Amino acid sequence: MNVQNKPIIARRSAGPDGEKIITLAALAVGGQGGGVLTNWIVAVAEANGFRAQSTSVAGVAQRTGATIYYVEMCRDTGRAPIFSLSPSIGDVDILMASELMEGGRAIMRGFVTPGRTTLIASTHRIAAISEKTTPGDGRIDGAEVIAAMGIAADKVVAFDMETVAKEAGSVISSSLLGALAGSGSLPFSRESFEDIIRKSGRGVEASLRAFGDAYEIAKGTKAAPLPKETTTVELPTLHIPEKLKSKWSALESRVQALPEAVQEMTALGVRKVVDYQDVDYGADYLTMVEKVAALDTAPYDLSIAAAKYCSRALCYDDILRVADIKTRASRLERVKNEVVVKDDQVLMVTEYFHPRFEEFATTLPRPLGKWLQNRKSLETLYSKYFDKGRRVRTDSLGGFLTLWAVSSLRPYRRGLLRHASEMAHVDAWFKTVLDVAQNDPELAAEVLTNYRLIKGYSDTHVRGMSKFARVMGALDLLQGRKDAADWMRRLRVAALDDVKGDALDGALATVKSFAG
Amino acid sequence: MAERSFAKEVQKLKQGQGDTFSGEGILAITKALLENGVGYVGGYQGSPISHLMDVLADAEEILSELGVHFEASASEATATAMLAASVHYPIRGAVTYKSVVGTNVASDALSNLASGGVTGGALIIVGEDYGEGSSIMQERTYAFAMKSQVWMLDPRPNLPAIVKAVGDGFELSEISNTPVMLQVGIRSCHVHGNFEAADNKRPPMTVSDALEKPARQLDRIVLPPATYLHEEEKLTKRLPAAKKFIIEKEINERFGKPDAKVGLILQGGTYNTVIRALNRLGLADLYGDTDMDMLVLNCIYPLVDSQIMDFCEGKDAILVIEEGHPNYVEQQIAHMLYKGGKSVTLEGKGKLPMGGEYTGQVMVDGIGAFLTEHAPSLLPVAKVVTNEEPVAIPDLSKTLPARPPGFCTGCPERPIFAATKLVEEELGEHHISSDIGCHLFSIMPPFDLGATTMGYGLGPASAAAFHNENPNGRRSISFVGDGGFWHNGLTSSVGNAVFNKSDNVIVIVDNFYSAATGGQDILSSRATNKTKQTQSSIVDACKGMGVKWIRQIDHTYDVTKVRDTLKEALTTEERGPKVIVASSECMLNKQRRVKPELAKAAKDGKRVVRPRFGVDEDICTGDHACMRLSGCPSLSVKDTGDPLRDDPVAAIDQTCVGCGNCGEVADAAVLCPSFFQAEIVSNPSTGERRRAKRNQKIISWLQGRRDAKRVAFA
Repeated sequence: MNVQNKPIIARRSAGPDGEKIITLAALAVGGQGGGVLTNWIVAVAEANGFRAQSTSVAGVAQRTGATIYYVEMCRDTGRAPIFSLSPSIGDVDILMASELMEGGRAIMRGFVTPGRTTLIASTHRIAAISEKTTPGDGRIDGAEVIAAMGIAADKVVAFDMETVAKEAGSVISSSLLGALAGSGSLPFSRESFEDIIRKSGRGVEASLRAFGDAYEIAKGTKAAPLPKETTTVELPTLHIPEKLKSKWSALESRVQALPEAVQEMTALGVRKVVDYQDVDYGADYLTMVEKVAALDTAPYDLSIAAAKYCSRALCYDDILRVADIKTRASRLERVKNEVVVKDDQVLMVTEYFHPRFEEFATTLPRPLGKWLQNRKSLETLYSKYFDKGRRVRTDSLGGFLTLWAVSSLRPYRRGLLRHASEMAHVDAWFKTVLDVAQNDPELAAEVLTNYRLIKGYSDTHVRGMSKFARVMGALDLLQGRKDAADWMRRLRVAALDDVKGDALDGALATVKSFAG
Repeated sequence: MAERSFAKEVQKLKQGQGDTFSGEGILAITKALLENGVGYVGGYQGSPISHLMDVLADAEEILSELGVHFEASASEATATAMLAASVHYPIRGAVTYKSVVGTNVASDALSNLASGGVTGGALIIVGEDYGEGSSIMQERTYAFAMKSQVWMLDPRPNLPAIVKAVGDGFELSEISNTPVMLQVGIRSCHVHGNFEAADNKRPPMTVSDALEKPARQLDRIVLPPATYLHEEEKLTKRLPAAKKFIIEKEINERFGKPDAKVGLILQGGTYNTVIRALNRLGLADLYGDTDMDMLVLNCIYPLVDSQIMDFCEGKDAILVIEEGHPNYVEQQIAHMLYKGGKSVTLEGKGKLPMGGEYTGQVMVDGIGAFLTEHAPSLLPVAKVVTNEEPVAIPDLSKTLPARPPGFCTGCPERPIFAATKLVEEELGEHHISSDIGCHLFSIMPPFDLGATTMGYGLGPASAAAFHNENPNGRRSISFVGDGGFWHNGLTSSVGNAVFNKSDNVIVIVDNFYSAATGGQDILSSRATNKTKQTQSSIVDACKGMGVKWIRQIDHTYDVTKVRDTLKEALTTEERGPKVIVASSECMLNKQRRVKPELAKAAKDGKRVVRPRFGVDEDICTGDHACMRLSGCPSLSVKDTGDPLRDDPVAAIDQTCVGCGNCGEVADAAVLCPSFFQAEIVSNPSTGERRRAKRNQKIISWLQGRRDAKRVAFA
């Protein structure tokens, strides 16, 4: 695939009059408006006295696959140049990619040539389906692609053009055009680009704004938008009623008493736990972290893991939690911002629930729930009449009050069946952690991290519990080995990214083969 | 209503002598048809000639003004059969379809048409979907031309050449009494360029004239003994006439220096790529001026022996540039040279790859290899010797994610396959036969459903062999779209299943359009169409065929209902095929239709509701089970920024159209309660506004009361 290894140096030759053809390929994800962009480029070229030809592969209504648009242009000398209909390896002067990985794909396909190609790429990501469906974090790190851009391209203009367009209220084709104009790779003036946008007649002002911003950024006269990772995430503020202030400060001082390395994560954890239940629950949490910290030494990785995963374990996902979140004032504000509601508009919000018998029974006081769980006939009855999806309108009083009622069970959570089973599970796990930590703190940290496997509701939750149990089942086989922590991590990774559990089976078999 | 409206562009079809026409390849072809006095036009959509059908549909008024009849044919077979109007009457007709899949469907009619021959010019414009980005199996139309003895043009890919080929094609057809195929590549169809226009011509005889004055010639009818005579006429009269025309009209072009020791023989369609390769090798300038001796075959079938032999005369070696496999042209040339006792070295496949698209790099390599061996002195030194150190570019092939095509945002077919997945989770895996259409994306992730595709409308037919001896055993599921259903599926799939008492399940995916080809109307479309009869019921058609067990689902987004219906179909005791018609409008078309209407209504002060979905990120646990049942482009993953959480959560972006699939899937699969639907009401009624205000007041009071008693994030 790599043109650099080809024996023939196939560079385009100029005409007898010295004229040259400029080739431009645009790689886009279907539905990004690549057609609009190419039409603009052709129009700009023609307005500047060039002949231009564009081609694309269109026709199938596929909206998510990768597509290529291709433009060739040449100063009009009165004779028709022979334009090619598709981009060739090693023969592209300007390569535009409307997404980071598509920029990478262009490099992989040989369309970006050292000493020749100006690469204009938006660095934002549109996750591919494989990145989305991984149960853990399947997203691909773009650093490798960015590095490859620097090596492969003659000149790189890369920034988040999606954000630039959005902030200007426009779409990416405008900012891509701006970046193209600003890159200086075409012999056309800024005004001639802008004239074409004006003539297009739709959303002109916003398009011009996006074009202008991208133009300035490409020129280097304006800063590119910062990548999201470097912007600090604003933490929600914890509201503490007067009556509870002293109790809360007690918790805060306990956090302060912990080793410094552990404080940050614990501070986050305790806030989450208190927000989930109450201040006493936060005290329980701190006791767990303190117990681990007592066994730990610098750099306190084990304690940090404890701070993170104990908070996670204590804040299990139940109906009360869901009802609580969905009835908060802050949540309504967030929804309003997300879907953009203007003052003269009314917002209706419908929640999708599907509580099964399991959720119903475990939300009852422990004895009652237990009794109910053993009544198969009642379960059948429930399944027949009540086991169906519920739509709850939380903007209406009736709907809101229903969820409100569920959320107000919060003070009684400790008495519910679900809490008893969750705490039994947490206690067993935490005891194991403390046991393991005596001899192998590194392995103990991995055991803590295993709680990451438990997530979700209903079947997802059951599946997570079973994955957790299977991974933890290997503990006895691993304990005492030097590489125990590493294997425990490998098992968890196998379990995490694998829906059906095949990878986990394989990893477990490997562990058994050397440890059995 | 098609995906793209050409209403504005078709006005260019009215241009005449002295105007310079500027536009896309397909529009140029339409213009050329009118300039050549075409009497009737038909065809079936499919990339790359979908837009040609759309252009024709949008140009219907202009066509009828000229007395030209246009039909959107039911299939490619229908389109080809339509050319029967040129058999006895001196009327020019043109049809268009995608090749080779369309040509396959058309081949029965094509054989009959070719056997009897034509009086008026009959042109078949085939859109060749070959090479990179193609959506079909890779075969050549050439074989059809050879076996049916119809001629085939493959003009150089620029508008003037394509426009000229239309006129040449009609003439060639009339002179040789043979239908002619005009092959245009996918990029030629969408190429933007110019040509000098001519005046449109009314057909000297219209189809109405023909109806008023019926005529028949017995020797043009395909029936023995005339068929034996047809074969003889093809060989003794039609073929020689065609060859004579090709030479006299100089259909094929010669470029470069004729006395060169090496030469290239190439298909017209590859000309631009060849010139670019020569240019990159320093052997041609950007206007195509070159010393390289080239014979450009704008007519690739038949080949004229004398022309080829003449070209090869005095040469040491020639290279035949012919895209696709088998190498029919090369074989014919080899045969001519061998019979003629020539010693010129013939190169073709071997220097060039056996199959695959001849892209720019392939051409550079192939021609480079040919010249290196047979005329090394021609290659400039600078092209073969370099002191440039190759730059090692990192290999990204392991890093980059594949980006397979999938269902659009809000697609009504997504929930059907989500439901199928859920049924399989319960009842186990089934044999699934797929069909052609958008629904074929079910084969891709995240659904990974479907085992075969055998052709348009043939999904259920391809499950025909699967007869389970155990009447309560597992059944097959097959899918067919509404487009495929009307094209061929009603008889070949549904009728066949009824007749053979199949017990299998057939799902007809009805999205109101021939959606994959760009949203053209079909018989069961719900929209009213000025020139077509729509709103024919698929359910009634199936019942008419004798289907007893049939269910209509009018809202495919109801995943629970689709799941339960499919489950019932797979388990019912009833015998005979089980047919489910799952109907909801193609979201792309719906948005195109509804968006402007809603915007206008909102502007006019009417109450308008805009739905959207969202995810509560505190409730989402980052398992992504929802995405494994969706694949919606607007449903993606995002970071929470919370150091306590490891995995990204689900997020729905601005492109969401609020179809409801997320919520329905979460409900049917009992996933998680993090999805919510937000409906934004513009211009709410006074009562509605007041109620919302009052509710908000009470809700705020309750929230304030609760917050006063607990520590919580505000």
